[in-house]
Amino acid sequence: MPSNEKNSNAPKKAIDLHVGEMVPGVAKKDPIIVAEGVKRSFGGLVAVDVEHLEIPRNAITALIGPNGAGKTTLFNLLSGFDKPDHGDWKFDGTNLSGIPAFKTAKLGQVRTFQLTKALGLLTVLENMKLGAKGQRGESFWVGPFKGLWNKQEQEIEEKARGLLQRFKLDAKEADFAAELSGGQRKLLEMARALMTDPTLVMLDEPMAGVNPALTQSLLDHILGLKESGMTVLFVEHDMHMVRHIADWVVVMAEGKIVAEGDPESVMKNPAVIDAYLGAHQDVDLGVVTGRIAAEDV
Amino acid sequence: MQTTVTHRRSLLSLLFMGLMALMVLLPVAVAVADEGDDAPPAGIPVGSVGDEYNFQFTGNVRHNSEPLEGVRIYIDDNGYFAEVLTDERGRWKIGVPEKISYTISLDEFTLPDGVIVTEGGASRVEEFGLTGSKSVNFFLGEGVRVVVSFWDQLTSRLVNGLNFGLMLALASIGASLIYGTTGLANFAHSEFVTFGALIAFVVGVGFEVPIWLAIPIAVALTGALGYFQDIVLWKPLRRRGMGLAPLMIVSIGLAMVMRYIFQFAIGGDTLQLPGSGQEKITLIANIQLSIIDMVSMGVSIVVLIAVALWLMKSKLGKATRAVSDNASLAAASGIDVDRVVRVVWVVAASLAGLGGILWAYFRPGIRWDMGMQVLMLIFAAIILGGIGTAFGALVGSIIIGILVETSTLWIPSDLKYVGALGALIIVLLFKPQGLLGRKERVG
Amino acid sequence: MDIFGLLQNTLNWLIHPQTLAYALAALGLAVHFGYTGLLNMGVAGFMAIGAYGYAMSVLHLGLPWYLAMLVALVAAAIFALILGIPTLRLRADYLAIVTLAAAEVVRYLLTTTVFDEWTNSADGLAQYHDSFRGSNPLPEGTYGIWPWIYNEQGWWMRVFGILLVAGAAWWVWSLMRSPWGRVIKGIREDEDAVRALGKNVFGYKMQSLIFGGVLAALGGIVISLQSAVVPSFYQTNLTFMVWTALLLGGAATVFGPIVGSMLFWFVMSLLDYALPALANMGILPISNIQAGILRFIIVGVALMLLVIFRPQGLFGNKKELTFAK
Repeated sequence: MPSNEKNSNAPKKAIDLHVGEMVPGVAKKDPIIVAEGVKRSFGGLVAVDVEHLEIPRNAITALIGPNGAGKTTLFNLLSGFDKPDHGDWKFDGTNLSGIPAFKTAKLGQVRTFQLTKALGLLTVLENMKLGAKGQRGESFWVGPFKGLWNKQEQEIEEKARGLLQRFKLDAKEADFAAELSGGQRKLLEMARALMTDPTLVMLDEPMAGVNPALTQSLLDHILGLKESGMTVLFVEHDMHMVRHIADWVVVMAEGKIVAEGDPESVMKNPAVIDAYLGAHQDVDLGVVTGRIAAEDV
Repeated sequence: MQTTVTHRRSLLSLLFMGLMALMVLLPVAVAVADEGDDAPPAGIPVGSVGDEYNFQFTGNVRHNSEPLEGVRIYIDDNGYFAEVLTDERGRWKIGVPEKISYTISLDEFTLPDGVIVTEGGASRVEEFGLTGSKSVNFFLGEGVRVVVSFWDQLTSRLVNGLNFGLMLALASIGASLIYGTTGLANFAHSEFVTFGALIAFVVGVGFEVPIWLAIPIAVALTGALGYFQDIVLWKPLRRRGMGLAPLMIVSIGLAMVMRYIFQFAIGGDTLQLPGSGQEKITLIANIQLSIIDMVSMGVSIVVLIAVALWLMKSKLGKATRAVSDNASLAAASGIDVDRVVRVVWVVAASLAGLGGILWAYFRPGIRWDMGMQVLMLIFAAIILGGIGTAFGALVGSIIIGILVETSTLWIPSDLKYVGALGALIIVLLFKPQGLLGRKERVG
Repeated sequence: MDIFGLLQNTLNWLIHPQTLAYALAALGLAVHFGYTGLLNMGVAGFMAIGAYGYAMSVLHLGLPWYLAMLVALVAAAIFALILGIPTLRLRADYLAIVTLAAAEVVRYLLTTTVFDEWTNSADGLAQYHDSFRGSNPLPEGTYGIWPWIYNEQGWWMRVFGILLVAGAAWWVWSLMRSPWGRVIKGIREDEDAVRALGKNVFGYKMQSLIFGGVLAALGGIVISLQSAVVPSFYQTNLTFMVWTALLLGGAATVFGPIVGSMLFWFVMSLLDYALPALANMGILPISNIQAGILRFIIVGVALMLLVIFRPQGLFGNKKELTFAK
């Protein structure tokens, strides 16, 4: 199944994902995430208020919207890093509301962060090995006895080296993660996430702060995830990137989902244009497009 | 607008918690109040007890040469407890296991009405002489027993607690402002408390400056120390971008240095400020306060109101709150963060110094380690109220002050700080952001 | 100045039970702070629980020494659990404040006359040594190599302490090279990242808190082997001095805490000897008592200077650990 698609400039899009009319909250043929009535407010301010949302399986879904639209908050909710006022959602049929973050990750839903969280004083290889699941040596009583976990460790190391090679970080494996460039850290974080063998990868602004030279390779990697059977959900500001790789686009504004659909039709949607331009004419364009990091709600 | 909403809600929850506390405490209070009026319970031996021991205290309770029967005498000391009622001839005898000194007490409630122990008190420490027997006599006379009802005790402790809480607030508000503006949990903050009191002593007693002048001088000098610390230590460390954990450890080192410099200077003595230990005047309902207590409360209240007004109304005060809220945003909107932080250090140190002086009158006395004693209470107060919020620190301090002072009605006085620290841990369990804090700040 | 006596006294401190106890407590603190990033300011509380747990189990439960020690360690683990539940989900400085407060609560509870029957309040406990000393496998007599010459009981508690330090060091070292240590170090760097990878961060922090706390309690036990336990020993200052010893050696190392403790007490005993001597000779214009206090001022200054100028400690690798946060 993995093909040499990388050379092609126009990635193969997944089509025919939804059922019925393309409106916010439309049902999907094969949803991996189904969220229902998720609301989160800070003080009096409603950050996220999603009535219904389904994320299609084995496709790349982009979550877009102006700054302060609640994208990262929704991300935090779905991945268990924040608790909603009310609402619930299912991942692969498992109800995830009220489940702590580490358990959602164990179920196969892994995420990255807007501000990269490479573990600076661990080496690149150690960062990778940390990602592997089900390590026997991670138990307090087993840990001291190398014989009990050494074999597994070798396997994990092999897998990690393979991924590092794929992400072109193999030459850096002995370096501290703190010594990597911003883009390399993004790559490391993504590679590390893959060590958990996820079914859904959630990327929070994977392109933010990345050197343009690395952007293309990052995009290829994201496409590669889909090819190897994973589902991708990512937050992004740059419409061009979104159009290029996303199969499905969900647009948020002021905590609500204002539109969703395939990239082409969403771009033409007046609600989207309004959300981006109408509501935020006073905001620096750099903030809107994510070139300038502004604090998300 | 958002903050007013949270404040209102927090005040409501505060009120609720207060009511809950009252409901829990009331039955206990009644029970304690009852206890005092009880007649000695039956089953206490008459005449003599502890005959198996070789050493004994004996006595004869008489009033106007008349023997008094049924007066309860007891020993509860050195891990030994025994009680006995006087026989028909007024005699009693208690055997004790060791030939050491014991505290022997006479239960005044078992004396006839109108009779009290006139001299030497109802509890006396007695030691054996050369023999294994020692006679102990209580001197009785006519008089009105000073019976302090539970409610009078409670009100009196409440007033004392409020007084202490206000002093504590002077210290904690500064610590909270420093935390809010710089993120530093300053373990050396309590040393400003000691420093203020100590300088007041040096100026007031050493240089014989009248105390009304010595106190402002001491407060100003403590403020200067805060300024100096910021310039020499904290600002350069901020510039280096030092993390909060190492900053905190630096403050621990600084606290040790200052504390031991105090001990180096004054040794283990307790020093008294001029005019401390004044006689108490009874106000309404058994509330006893000295003139200094009253002045002290007045000063605290005035200063706290001034600080509140400064934070709410003045440009610098508003800037301080802005920096507390979000330092980088404040900097971006043209606020000179360094200047604000410098002012905060001066204000915080001065307030703590003033708190120390007032506390030196309240305790009374100045000791090198007095700051160390109050440090935990400062932290408890700022966490209780909501870390980083000045008003939270005020509310937290008053709660802690009252808690510390009133808790001794139920628990032994050597455990009075445990109650306050226990409250801290319980608050963290159920409302980690504190009473007035915002949830988003935590975690 | 008696150089010979000075040297003997100072070198004696290298394997003094107090030094060994500091080494154990500092190892525990290295697990907490150096590896996990937990700011435990309640070391004294853990040590007090170790010492009192041991002494009280012998005196009141009549347990043999090894069971009594086990009880003490279990008590320390429970203490860690109680502290961890409300604080480990909160920001790091909360843990610092709460542990400091809790250690003070422990000391107040040991000092109060309310539990006099069990704790003997401020006077502390003694006379619990028979069981431990009865199991002494060493031959009777006074022996050793200069400057370390002790009787069989002096050796027994030192040998026991050294074995504990060695065992603890092995355990910490082998844990830190294992995947367990990798998770712990990851948490120090960024706990959200580790959480996102499916690790139960709270659970690991709790394990670390308990493990380090148990090591500190072992330190308390070693101290109690000397003569008696008194509550005034377990003041906040004890915590701060263990911190100084740790930072002296290097927080994220296994041998740093041990070497740091030895160095700490080496210097402290040197000062203890030298400062009063200098004062007596009129070189320092201070009294004998002040000379003793001066030591602690120096400790405070050393702590500040270490953190500011050499956060990795004297033996740590700067790359390995500067302070994470």
